[in-house]
Amino acid sequence: MQVEKNFEPTVVAFCCNWCSYAGADLSGNNRIQYPANVKIIRIPCSCRLNPMFILRAFQRGADGVILCGCHPGDCHYTSGNYFARRRMTLLFSMLSFLGIEKERCRVEWVSAAEGAKFAATMNDFVATITRLGENKKLEDLRCKK
Amino acid sequence: MQEVIKQKAIELLSSGKADRVLGWKEGEFFYDITPAVFTDVKEIEEKFVYNAFCGPNFSKYLVAESRKDGKIAVFLKPCDTYSFQQLLKEHRILRDKVYAVGIPCDGMVDIEKIRQKKIKGITGVTEAGEVLQIDTIYGKKEVAKKDVLAERCENCKSKKHVVYDELIGEEGDVLDSHRFDLVEKIEAMSEEERFAFWQNELSRCIRCNACRNVCPACTCEKCVFDNPASGIDQKAAADSFEEKMFHIIRAFHVAGRCTDCGECSRVCPQNIPLHLLNRKFIKDINEFYGEYQAGADMETRAPLTDYQTDDCEPSVILTKGDQ
Amino acid sequence: MQRIGVFVCWCGSNIAATVDVKKVAETLGKEPCVVYYENYQYMCSEEGQNKIINAIHEHKLSGIVICSCSPRMHEATFRRTAQKAGLNPYMVEIANIREQCSWIHKDMATATEKAIILGRAAIAKVHLNTPLQAGESPVVKRALVIGGGIAGIQTALDIADAGFEVDIVEKKPTIGGKMSQIDKTFPTLDCSACILTPKMVDVAQNEKIHIYSYSEVAAVKGFVGNFDVTIKRKARYVKEELCTGCGACTEKCPQKKVPNDFNLGLDNKHAIYIPFAQAVPKVATIDPDYCMMLKTGKCGVCSKVCAAGAIDYKQQDELVQQQYGAIVVATGYNPIDLKNYDEFAYSQSPDVVTSLEFERLTNAAGPTGGVLLRPSDRQHPHTIVFVQCVGSRESGEGCGKTYCSKICCMYTAKHAMLTREKYPDTEVYVFYIDVRTPGKNFDEFYRRAVEEYGVHYIKGMVGKVSPENGKLMVQASDLLDNKQLKIEADLVVLAAAIEPDPSARPLATMLTTQMDTNDFFTEAHPKLRPVESATAGIFLSGCCQGPKDIPETVSQASACAAKVIGLLAKDKLLGNPCVAESNELMCNGCSSCEKVCPYGAISYVDKEFKMPNRTIAVRRVANVNPAVCQGCGACTVACPSGAMDLKGFSNSQIMAEVDAICK
Repeated sequence: MQVEKNFEPTVVAFCCNWCSYAGADLSGNNRIQYPANVKIIRIPCSCRLNPMFILRAFQRGADGVILCGCHPGDCHYTSGNYFARRRMTLLFSMLSFLGIEKERCRVEWVSAAEGAKFAATMNDFVATITRLGENKKLEDLRCKK
Repeated sequence: MQEVIKQKAIELLSSGKADRVLGWKEGEFFYDITPAVFTDVKEIEEKFVYNAFCGPNFSKYLVAESRKDGKIAVFLKPCDTYSFQQLLKEHRILRDKVYAVGIPCDGMVDIEKIRQKKIKGITGVTEAGEVLQIDTIYGKKEVAKKDVLAERCENCKSKKHVVYDELIGEEGDVLDSHRFDLVEKIEAMSEEERFAFWQNELSRCIRCNACRNVCPACTCEKCVFDNPASGIDQKAAADSFEEKMFHIIRAFHVAGRCTDCGECSRVCPQNIPLHLLNRKFIKDINEFYGEYQAGADMETRAPLTDYQTDDCEPSVILTKGDQ
Repeated sequence: MQRIGVFVCWCGSNIAATVDVKKVAETLGKEPCVVYYENYQYMCSEEGQNKIINAIHEHKLSGIVICSCSPRMHEATFRRTAQKAGLNPYMVEIANIREQCSWIHKDMATATEKAIILGRAAIAKVHLNTPLQAGESPVVKRALVIGGGIAGIQTALDIADAGFEVDIVEKKPTIGGKMSQIDKTFPTLDCSACILTPKMVDVAQNEKIHIYSYSEVAAVKGFVGNFDVTIKRKARYVKEELCTGCGACTEKCPQKKVPNDFNLGLDNKHAIYIPFAQAVPKVATIDPDYCMMLKTGKCGVCSKVCAAGAIDYKQQDELVQQQYGAIVVATGYNPIDLKNYDEFAYSQSPDVVTSLEFERLTNAAGPTGGVLLRPSDRQHPHTIVFVQCVGSRESGEGCGKTYCSKICCMYTAKHAMLTREKYPDTEVYVFYIDVRTPGKNFDEFYRRAVEEYGVHYIKGMVGKVSPENGKLMVQASDLLDNKQLKIEADLVVLAAAIEPDPSARPLATMLTTQMDTNDFFTEAHPKLRPVESATAGIFLSGCCQGPKDIPETVSQASACAAKVIGLLAKDKLLGNPCVAESNELMCNGCSSCEKVCPYGAISYVDKEFKMPNRTIAVRRVANVNPAVCQGCGACTVACPSGAMDLKGFSNSQIMAEVDAICK
């Protein structure tokens, strides 16, 4: 028997290894909760995030994608997040131009010391995506189970 | 003008300044102009044309042509020189193998726009100043050239040749164009309207790859869409999403490198206004990071390979009104 | 086909209390290519690691996934475990089911489901892992120190002391730097020259140290352990190896009107000069802008008086190539140019001086022989006003610096105190915004100036200094008493902000190191790696990294030397194998990747490719130097064709993770 369930969005969080992934770990160390909808993928730096990865996630059924990196000026590789910032700004603007809900993607700078901020960001982002509902506009139904 | 350019082509070839000449000739129909490489004078005399249908931008051909033996001469309209210089900047064209001749351009005509004026059975078009005299099987017609210009020429961004070895005619200026007007109009739509607009346009895509194949910024040795290792290779538009993915990624790959030559929209058999995607990126780049025209010079860093520490945050998109 | 083993750790109850570890292991065991699965209390324990080693042997595993704590915790541990079992350490992936799952979720079903998805993502990734070998590169056992001030001197001495060769490149004719111009040092008031010059002599006599004075770094190539440096030895028109430093030439030279830069232009020197008595190397140098022989071909006096025959008017700049394993930047600082501070009348009156000029005016080897005299009339000044923070701590719009120059409070206290000590009839006023004295015995020192020596410290800024009738009218405000002051001063001393040497910016470009907006070099980590730059093999010593006083500079210089010694002591460097790699067949040679690389790891080569019909095409392709690449991945996204990929975090690996999560 199938039970009607509330909408549980799939959220992919790309986190840079040096700041945000460590921030997520700190959030865990401090036992600060955030929804299990968030699944983290570790990348060396926010500049490693290819826009293709975001589109791929949406294609495969993600409802929201968030990129977390070191605060501007604090990049482990000195300049990576500056490039990421330009790339994501343009990509998000294009998605919005195409009529896709612009809240579905986000960039947040989270340092290794900001465990609480990481959790708060994820809580807020999941709430936003839950409100937006399923990613119908970009979802590839063919690949959905 | 055709005669002047033709004579120049003959001179370059016969003087030995060039071993080959890249020019235009008629295709299946008189308005269906196609690029051609001429190697003998007779061929030029018979076939070389330069008229209001010579839209094709030769820059991309030079990637391969400049790697062949000998020197190739090429005729470049002002907007073509931007693509040419951009490819020089990316080390795609070997400069010393090319003799570039800048030629004037009064704008190219879109045959579809003539047809839209209910002129049927067209057999020939002659330019007479501002007016086009059109021969049809039903007799002669006339139409003002400015009414049938291609969209990209209506919004011509520059009459200036940014690079050449030799210039025919006078040097023009960079123009104030209204090329971003339509982008602004779409930005001003509601989210649903924008989605509907693009769904309507992009759902017609047949993934023929013509836009990619003609694009002077798409000169990759191997395109990611043809490469099984890239993880995003697609053979056909299997559903509405994949079409969009193709165009978004393509637009992103040429962002900051696209000179807005408009070839993508010219060749699209489905008449999808693909150039609007590129123009959106150009407009955003200008707004967020300062005016940038790809191909305008050899030195300025492309906006996506550069940054300022006080660049705007991606969240600027959220607060940009519901455009 | 991979043979994957999955190991789920309980971490005692840390994971097992909220995640059904048995279910996770069993579910993941059904994933394609997973041939073995297990769950255990502590995977990181010796027993747990043995289980992994045995499983790798027994089941011929080609890749393993550990579902445990954060990879930041135990990735290195499990990589070593794999290596012990003969498996390439980079065939290990960690699913973080503790910090990012069991610790943040309370519901067992939810946490278990998420743990399974995280495990699947790790399995999807390990499917595409390939064995990676960390590259090895040899280390040239020689260090280069750029800058021969106290920072460079200390670093060089410490490195040489450990037995390594060191070269110092100094752009001036002598080493010694700013410290050689200073009279006394705070807070002990010992003589600067007395503690510096023995060190300079140590440098000169040390067999391991070679000084390239009057030289500059012209080009830097290479990478950590293998830098290839071109040093430009500027022509000094004197053969260094022959000159005995007797000084006969400098006495006889008829051109005596050359501003003496060592005394900051307060007096003159000869066109052939030795900067100061204790210069190292003690060799004469001809200033080509003033030497009559070089300018007009008429003179030649120095050549005639030189018994050693060291003068060579035909000397040319010379380029020297040298290889180094490590490079130390010790380019130091300068006081800022005060031309934009006309309210203090610096360019109008010679009696308005900078603090460094004041040092020379009080130095026994200075232009006044150590007697404090006004530059204008060589009279003893009776009222001296010191102005603090000139160009420091300004708001963004001003022409000065936003930062605190750090040393001014203390040296001004020193100047004030010494003046009162030597000339008790002198009134001394110090105008300050704040007095900052954090440092050993610093506050005590400042309080002595106020309490014992009766220096007038006034909180407030000087608004205007105007020369009137041989005096300097100083208008200022006293913020504590809230009143306007007018002081008739004989001498005004400006504590000019300090800024990095102008040679630092082009040097940073050559070294591909980062600078902040003020042109100070950026350290690799502000707390934990303060003497390393983010570029491997480049180290920072002294004020090039930020304003510092002498004790701080010396301790940083020694710390820097320790890091250099640690590097040079190695015979080989093991790289990080997760570096970018360019697929030459797909590379367009467009240079996009090169532009975003913060390390200059990418270069281009023209390469021949076999094409159809037996033709050969030459194409420009990118080449990544794995010893320089740090693996950030910026280039992979800049590359439109996807030719550039990052090992260990490849496009296909990340997309496989995305697919596994979104399924």
